[in-house]
Amino acid sequence: MLLINCPWCGPRNETEYHYGGQAHVAYPETPADLTDEQWAEYVFYRDNPKGPFAERWVHSTGCRRWFNVLRDTVNYEVLAVYRLDEPRPALPQAGGNR
Amino acid sequence: MAEPTIDARVSPLAHLEERMRAATVTGARGVTLTEWPFLTMVNMRVDPASEAADRIGKALGAPLPRQCGDTSTSGPHTVLWLGPDEWLVLSQAEVTAVTSELREALGGDPGSVVDVSANRTTLELSGPAARQVLEKGCPLDLHPRSFAPGRAVSTTVGPIAVLLWQVDDGPTYRLFPRSSFADYLARWLIDAMSEYRGPEVP
Ligand SMILES: [Zn+2]
Repeated sequence: MLLINCPWCGPRNETEYHYGGQAHVAYPETPADLTDEQWAEYVFYRDNPKGPFAERWVHSTGCRRWFNVLRDTVNYEVLAVYRLDEPRPALPQAGGNR
Repeated sequence: MAEPTIDARVSPLAHLEERMRAATVTGARGVTLTEWPFLTMVNMRVDPASEAADRIGKALGAPLPRQCGDTSTSGPHTVLWLGPDEWLVLSQAEVTAVTSELREALGGDPGSVVDVSANRTTLELSGPAARQVLEKGCPLDLHPRSFAPGRAVSTTVGPIAVLLWQVDDGPTYRLFPRSSFADYLARWLIDAMSEYRGPEVP
């Protein structure tokens, strides 16, 4: 069970949240100009790193707000939590043993 | 136009009223479950830093709570924090009066005031064993060191999303499930209450 720190509600059980996939996937600037391959890349292709990964979560049974989580995919440690209008933070020193 | 209107509302727990009453446990491990149907509930969204938020606070008689878990009470109204720009106004006043007062306070500014009285119903769980009953299925720490009268949060009880508000030290809690989940939650609570009839198993 992950304990995730909602930016507004504080620490809550993972069961109160839903996962929203990779964060910082920007909508294409000129969608009309995209080839099928570029669309497929935008819609379906995601990174799958071993280590820190920025991803979106929603506090679905709490305040129902979306926010970003920096999570280590190896040990599931939550390294940072930040609002959608905040930049991806630099990795904290304490985060994991990588 | 003076035709009397017939109140044809049926609460989502009307059919369980007798079951809930029969589930009452008395004594040192007592706990009771009751429904308070048709409470006035108004959902409100506004930028908390705006002048409109100040006007709404004045109209309600108390500033809007700014932190998760906070509530504010004034006269017939209690305001629960739902999100950084969202609140639920519970009131003993009539719903059209509350919504029109809030809409007037909001004026033309960005925001919304919506009557959501039919969205949820209200269950009251109270008695010395009430906290133990909730602790069987609520992931939050309800111990007095972290939860107390006047606190209200959105969370889950069993698999059901509820707003949970502690009213007094009894303790008395009010749970606000969505209407279509109320039947399941009431049955879940009745089941969870049943062990307190007997002596405590060491
Ligand atoms: Zn939250």
